[in-house]
Amino acid sequence: MQQQSEAAAAPSSAWAAGKGSALMSLRDVYKQFPSGRQTVRAVDGVSLDVLQGETLGLVGESGCGKSTLGRVVTQLQPATAGSIFFEGKDLAALHGEDLRQMRRRVQMIFQDPYGSLNPRMTVGNIIGEPLRNFGLAHGKERDRQVQEIMRVCGLNPNFNNRYPHEFSGGQRQRIGIARSLILRPNFIVADEPISALDVSIQAQIINLLEQLQDDFNLTYLFIAHDLSVVRHLSDRVAVMYLGVIVEVANSLELYDNPLHPYTTALLQSIPVPDPVIEKDRTPIILSGEIPSPINPPSACRFHTRCPIAQPICSEVRPELLDYGNGHLAACHFAGKLQGSLAEKVAEESVAEIRAAIVADEPGGVDGATPVTA
Amino acid sequence: MPAILEVKGLKTQFLVRGGVVRAVDGIDLRVNRGETVGIVGESGSGKSMTALSILRLVPEPGKIVEGSITFDGRDVLAMNRDELRKFRGNDVSMIFQDPMSSLNPVLKVGYQIEEAMKSHDRFSAEESKSRVPMLLRRVRIPDADRRAKEFPHQFSGGMRQRAMIAMGLSNEPDVLIADEPTTALDVTVQAQILQQLRDLNRELGTAIVLITHNMAVVANICTWVVVMYAGRVVEQGPTAEIFRSPQHPYTWSLLRSIPRIDEKLGGKLLTISGLPPDLTNLPPGCKFHPRCRFTVDRCFTEEPDLFNVGPQHESRCWVQMDNVPDPDSDLREAPVVPLEEDAGALVIAGEESAAAV
Repeated sequence: MQQQSEAAAAPSSAWAAGKGSALMSLRDVYKQFPSGRQTVRAVDGVSLDVLQGETLGLVGESGCGKSTLGRVVTQLQPATAGSIFFEGKDLAALHGEDLRQMRRRVQMIFQDPYGSLNPRMTVGNIIGEPLRNFGLAHGKERDRQVQEIMRVCGLNPNFNNRYPHEFSGGQRQRIGIARSLILRPNFIVADEPISALDVSIQAQIINLLEQLQDDFNLTYLFIAHDLSVVRHLSDRVAVMYLGVIVEVANSLELYDNPLHPYTTALLQSIPVPDPVIEKDRTPIILSGEIPSPINPPSACRFHTRCPIAQPICSEVRPELLDYGNGHLAACHFAGKLQGSLAEKVAEESVAEIRAAIVADEPGGVDGATPVTA
Repeated sequence: MPAILEVKGLKTQFLVRGGVVRAVDGIDLRVNRGETVGIVGESGSGKSMTALSILRLVPEPGKIVEGSITFDGRDVLAMNRDELRKFRGNDVSMIFQDPMSSLNPVLKVGYQIEEAMKSHDRFSAEESKSRVPMLLRRVRIPDADRRAKEFPHQFSGGMRQRAMIAMGLSNEPDVLIADEPTTALDVTVQAQILQQLRDLNRELGTAIVLITHNMAVVANICTWVVVMYAGRVVEQGPTAEIFRSPQHPYTWSLLRSIPRIDEKLGGKLLTISGLPPDLTNLPPGCKFHPRCRFTVDRCFTEEPDLFNVGPQHESRCWVQMDNVPDPDSDLREAPVVPLEEDAGALVIAGEESAAAV
């Protein structure tokens, strides 16, 4: 089935809960910011489903628009165009009280555990504030709920009268997590929740997030640049480049069999903590850096850095097509630049692949042909 | 091989209102000619302060209170202003994590590199000027002649870091200290920079001291690894050896607490409980014992020395991970149970190496 045709139709209005159905659906979502007389195309036509109960990892380099997408999903910033469905309801159509009630169900965990907590509020008030906002609990009952969620998040409940500066970075991140959980949401957007933490603390937060997912039946959109962490946590992974999704697949499939050349290059760039592996590995080195989203490259956004780019790549924008089992990729030559972590792609073989592509008719890619409906 | 840079018993401290911050608390370090040494540790482990101490750049109110630093037979701590100026840049140079704040935003990049050479007497003014494009080309900055005339804000993050490396190498130092050179960069750019450092080490024979919190980066580029915790070296040895068979519980745990891109899925990460230590108030005994899963009685009272645990391999611990029966056993369940009941079964590393001597 082609993603594009699916994109046109809204998901069925009778939203059915249950594992496997889409809890959050994005259809052709755009987000643009004015920058002087120019426009920053931060999110540039994204269609994506986050399924009930899963963790969807969203990866990409800085400036690819992944954080903006997270903020659009939580409605912290409205989308410029496109629709976002949560539990089958179009968020753009929600206003006032309905929108406020939606926010109870969708919460966010932020990257910076220092900047995201009000230094003049006690931890108990920070965590309990959402309860007050929604008028859900008062006085003793609120304290009880706050202390309970603190315990669940690995904080000492008796510290609820302390201030954020009395806590370490890891503990502050726990405070942020407790605050996001107190309304018992079912969808959480976590934007780089561990990248500001010390290495020995990161594992504590990763394990906590996994534990909470089981205990509270949470669905995560996990945004990060660290592909090892994303692989560890996610059921499926979406790879973003310059405002567009270039590949989506379940974790194992994506890391073992990347179809998009950018994913392949990204995976090969990651150093592995094992000198034996590192010794015989020369990753594909992508030239240059991610271009500006103000004036992104035409057609395929990646063609300026792609080791196997062809003329067509700068002329026709590749669609996100399904190559089987929900493995989506947006590339004219999907699957051509193969290379798992263990198997390096040597520069010579990149040249061979290029030669083969030129000889071949585009589209006739063996091993990876889009599944058509 | 003779050491080009040798640090012995180095202690750097900060006198603050709360007491004494023991940032570096007795470090020994050897860097051989042409070697790549990785110093790994978390924030506050003293890795950056060790580097700043070597260059005598410790910020106020910090002071080097003990120890010696020798470069090629010369005592760095006894150098006067003029000697220091020549030592920095000509002998040892340093690049920092954030290339934007290390470059002057109102001066052209080429001029800044030229200036670095002029102020160090190795090259004449004309030579300094003419070397700039060559240096930029060496770090693979395309269109070097034009780029030299641009300002830092016209460079991307990766190119700024390359320009810093070009500047660091402009006076052909014997040692380049790189403090988290790739931390602020994306992975694809990180791969470019690491490749570059490897090539420069091979082509020019510059010894590289790479300071990082990322174990994978060390595995990628270094031949020798030094693991730091609470201002001291807790383990060191050849990279292959440290990664294949870490002997200190801290190194061992750290390697198991980070998700690997090639790991099997479904496992839980090992967590190191607690927090990095308060440097004004270090615990008695081994500084890692409050967070350690493998403690024995003497860990609480007596600090271990760096013991020999293999060829060229040293670990500062009373316990050797090789002698811990089934260390992974409680990895999946409660990770913080101290193995006190097993203590008797552990072989004490100190006694073993004492017998060997």
